[in-house]
Amino acid sequence: MTEALTALGAHIASALGADVLGTGVAHGELTVTVRAPAIPAVLTFLRDDSGCRFSTLVDITAVDYPDRAERFDVVYHLLSMYRNHRIRVKAPVGEQDIVPSATPVHPSANWFEREVFDMFGILFSGHPDLRRILTDYGFRGHPLRKDFPTTGFTEVRYDEAQKRVVYEPVRLVQEYRQFDFMSPWEGAARILPGDEKKGS
Amino acid sequence: MMDGDIRKNTYDDGSVDVETGEQRIRNFNINFGPQHPAAHGVLRLVLELDGEIVERCDPHIGLLHRGTEKLMESRTYLQNLPYFDRLDYVAPMNQEHAWCLAIERLTGVTVPRRASLIRVLYSEIGRILNHLLNVTTQAMDVGALTPPLWGFEEREKLMVFYERACGARLHAAYFRPGGVHQDLPPQLVDDIEAWAEHFPKVLDDLDGLLTENRIFKQRNAFIGVVTEADALAWGYSGVMVRGSGMAWDLRRAQPYECYDEFDFRIPVGKNGDCYDRYLCRMAEMRESTAIIRQAIAKLRAPEGQGDVLARGKIAPPPRGEMKRSMEALIHHFKLYTEGFHVPAGEVYAAVEAPKGEFGVYLVADGTNRPYRAKLRAPGFPHLQSIDWMARGHMLADVAAIIGTMDIVFGEVDR
Repeated sequence: MTEALTALGAHIASALGADVLGTGVAHGELTVTVRAPAIPAVLTFLRDDSGCRFSTLVDITAVDYPDRAERFDVVYHLLSMYRNHRIRVKAPVGEQDIVPSATPVHPSANWFEREVFDMFGILFSGHPDLRRILTDYGFRGHPLRKDFPTTGFTEVRYDEAQKRVVYEPVRLVQEYRQFDFMSPWEGAARILPGDEKKGS
Repeated sequence: MMDGDIRKNTYDDGSVDVETGEQRIRNFNINFGPQHPAAHGVLRLVLELDGEIVERCDPHIGLLHRGTEKLMESRTYLQNLPYFDRLDYVAPMNQEHAWCLAIERLTGVTVPRRASLIRVLYSEIGRILNHLLNVTTQAMDVGALTPPLWGFEEREKLMVFYERACGARLHAAYFRPGGVHQDLPPQLVDDIEAWAEHFPKVLDDLDGLLTENRIFKQRNAFIGVVTEADALAWGYSGVMVRGSGMAWDLRRAQPYECYDEFDFRIPVGKNGDCYDRYLCRMAEMRESTAIIRQAIAKLRAPEGQGDVLARGKIAPPPRGEMKRSMEALIHHFKLYTEGFHVPAGEVYAAVEAPKGEFGVYLVADGTNRPYRAKLRAPGFPHLQSIDWMARGHMLADVAAIIGTMDIVFGEVDR
C-alpha cells in the first residue's frame, strides 16, 4: 500500500516537474504539496492521467497557520473510484494571494471554494459566483481564521419594541473559557521559575 | 391581438400591438422555503420559473450553521464527539464513527473485536434509520401519506435500540475513540435479532405501497437523471453514485472496521433517476438487515466476547478498577478534564454514511485539542448540484429531487 503510494507520488512529481514542492506518505495517505498558481493544471493532470484518474473531488478546505509567512494551506482531497486510491493536494497560500479556481476542472469545487472564501477569506480567481455561503447575510470577518474569536463579534436577538431581529455587539457575562490543559510537567518549552539557575 | 399570441405584429404605420401587463411575460422568481415542508429542514431555494419550468435554482444555505468546526478547535477530542451526533441527526452514530476512526488512526489504537462488531451493528441500524426516513418522506413529498406512518413505526423501534445501548434516542455519543462506551446487554442483542427477523416483512409492505405505485413512478422515474460522468464531476457519493450504475461502496472498496468479514451485496441502479435511487435504498435496507443478522451471530460467537474499549490512554479504566487502583482513578480524572493528547499529524478518515461519503480531515498538533477538523458532509456536494439537476424540470419535481438527494441540514450547514 505504502510502496504503491510512494510510487504514485514519484510519478506525479516527475510528470509535473517544478510545480510539485514535495510528496510524502503518512498514515497510509499520499500528500502532494504544489504551488498554488498551478492548481488547475495539477488537478487536470490528476484527473486525466491514466495512472491517477482522480475523477472525484472529495473536498476543498484550508488550514490557518498564523505564524507562517504563507499563512494558509489550501487542501484538496481527491478520490479515484477507478483506481481506488486517494490523494491530498496541498498548496501554501499567503494572505494576499489569489488561488486559481478549480471549477473549470471539477464543477463540484464551486461550493467548496465558496466555503473556503467564507471561512478563511481566501480569494479564488475565475470562480463563477464567489459569495459567502454558510454565514449570515451581511456577515463580517472570516470565522475559521485563528485570530477570529469563537464567540464572534455580534449577537442577534428579537427586539419586542422594534418587532424585528437586531444585531448587537457580543456581551459576555463570563469570559469564553479556553482551558489550557497543557501540563507544564510534560515537555513544556518554557523555563519554569527557578530553573534558569540550574546551569550556573 | 389574441390572448396568448406570441407573435410580435408590426403594422405599416410603425405601430405595434398594445400589450397589457399580464401579456408581458417575464420569468417568475419564487422563494421556496425555508419553512416549506418539502424543503427537508431549513433550505431556502430562490427559483426562477418560466411558467412551471425551473430556469435557475439558487440554494441559500447556512440557516442552521452552528460553527461546529470552529467550536471543535477549542474543545478536547472527547468533548467534540457529541457534535457529530448533531450533524446528520438522522443517523448519528455513523458520523461518530468517522471521528473515532480518525483519532484511532493517528494514535494507532486497535479496537477490540467486540467493539468493532457493535460498531458495525449500530452503523447498519443507522443506515436503516436514515433510509426509512428518506424513502418514506420522499413518498410524502410526492403525495403519499401512509409510508411515513409505517416507516416511522420501525424507526421508533430502532431508536429504542439506540436508547437501550447508550441512553439516548438521537444524540448517542456511543462510539468512543478506542471502542464503544458500554457493552450491549444480551437481551438487547436478542431483541435486535427478533426485530431483524420481522423487518423484511415491513419492507415488503413498503414495497407493495410504493414500488409499483403509478403515481410514485410517474413522479420519480426519469426525474433527476445522473450519468456516470455527472456523478464524478459533481463529487457524488453513496446512493447518488450507485443509482447511476457504479458499484462504489466504501465498505467494500476501502474496508474499515471489520466490514471485509461481512457478506453483503451492493445494489446499483440502471438509469440514474430518482426511482432507481429509491430502489437502491430499499435494497440497501435489506442488505443492512442481513449485515445486522451476521453481526449478531458474530457477537455471540466465542471470538466476539471480551472488552469493548481499548483500555489505554484514550479510554477510561473499568469502573471496578477505579475503586481499587489510585492510578486508574487519576487516569479517569485526567481523561475527562484534560483529555488525551493525539500525536501531531493529519489524517482523512471516511466512512460510508447512509447519505454517502462522510469524512473527517483532522489536523492534530500534539495537544489535547484538534488544530483543525474539517467535516466533509455528503449532502454538501449533492445539494450544490441542485441548480444543474433541477434546471428544465417542473416546479413539482424539485420536491422529488430534494428528496432523492437525501439532504439533512445538520450536516450541510455544520
